[in-house]
Amino acid sequence: MASGRVINLARFLGRAAEPAAAAQSSALQYSTVGGVAAYKLPDLPYDHSALEPVISGEIMELHHKKHHAAYVTNLNKALEEYADAESNKDLQKMISLQSAINFNGGGHINHDIFWTNLCPEKDAAPPSGELLAAIEAKWGSLDKFTATFSAKTAAVQGSGWGWLGLNKETKALEIATCANQDPLAAKGLVPLLGIDVWEHAYYLQYKNVRPDYLKAIWKVVNWENVAQRYKAAKA
Amino acid sequence: MPFTLPPLPYAMDALEPHMSKRTLEFHYGKHHQAYLDNMNKQIAGSELEAKTLEGVVLSSWNNGSPTPVFNNAAQVWNHTFFWENMKPNGGGAPSGKLADAINASFGSLDEFKAQFKNAGATQFGSGWAWLVADKAGKLTVEKTPNAVTPLVEGKTPILTMDVWEHAYYLDVQNRRPDYMNTFVEKLIDWEAVAKRFEAATA
Repeated sequence: MASGRVINLARFLGRAAEPAAAAQSSALQYSTVGGVAAYKLPDLPYDHSALEPVISGEIMELHHKKHHAAYVTNLNKALEEYADAESNKDLQKMISLQSAINFNGGGHINHDIFWTNLCPEKDAAPPSGELLAAIEAKWGSLDKFTATFSAKTAAVQGSGWGWLGLNKETKALEIATCANQDPLAAKGLVPLLGIDVWEHAYYLQYKNVRPDYLKAIWKVVNWENVAQRYKAAKA
Repeated sequence: MPFTLPPLPYAMDALEPHMSKRTLEFHYGKHHQAYLDNMNKQIAGSELEAKTLEGVVLSSWNNGSPTPVFNNAAQVWNHTFFWENMKPNGGGAPSGKLADAINASFGSLDEFKAQFKNAGATQFGSGWAWLVADKAGKLTVEKTPNAVTPLVEGKTPILTMDVWEHAYYLDVQNRRPDYMNTFVEKLIDWEAVAKRFEAATA
């Protein structure tokens, strides 16, 4: 039976990542049920069908209620087993659980950010102010930024994510890609905007044509949320 | 000479209801075809064109620092291998030397199936589950990410299962375990696997 301590995911993501990761994962909701700490699946900020026609309700339901939910369930299971192993001083077991914690923990962190990065098309507005200025300074224009982001993200081999992140040291914006559910924080970047290119994110609608999905998704990017994250990251 | 795709060993609807026609139309007609077309574009005019497909795979693996060609070439190879180890009314059980080898290496067919499905389940992200044979007939289950194939380690695969989401998403969506059960119970062409086992241990 687990000890009931809340295990901060940042522990598992590598020393360099700790400040960024700690800030990130501390924002995740958890509850204690019967004395066992457990991360929670967040609600979407909108209905599952709200991003149509860009992302279908069918995809959003599966993505949120099946895929993201499974990351949360499996994360909690792995953390419980980890707590047991730790209290039994079973180092082999602790080591063997790392990949499940990294994968499911990363999946939870990434999707938690993703849902807030999107909004219904009618509510979406392009970036402005400091964020727009920073994008233009780095890439020349918003269009050049989105084209570069889409090209790099389309080129992800297999499953992964495209990210706009803030380099904590240089305070510069950067585009980066990550494989599988590897958290961006492990690259020393604070995640601002993530686009999921696992096939489950688009396949039912866009099939093999990932570039079409990447072209369309800009219509539902919540730049206000990205700007909030940018402001918080620079602070 | 550009490479071409071998035709599917069966009609697009021949694996129904276990793997839909729609899945094969996309998986073979779009994904597999695109790997081939992209590989041909990448190797046009280079000495890779004169190699066998396996030769292109091994050469582009580049001892663990794969070139951009690898992702396409290996996926061309992997998918052709994948189609060849399925058949309509597949599943059942292996017999003869292959069955003996499975029992010797895993204890039982059920234990092999459990390990094979576990490999597919724990290949986080995209990839493949494999059954590999060595010259002495010892069998092992392996898993690889993305386009990687046991070929690059000089190993001889005799069975593979694609666990990229595009392999099953149209049919069973997120339910990878359901797909893997169906593959193991209803799709494997054990005769094809036995032939590969024979060739591997010859």
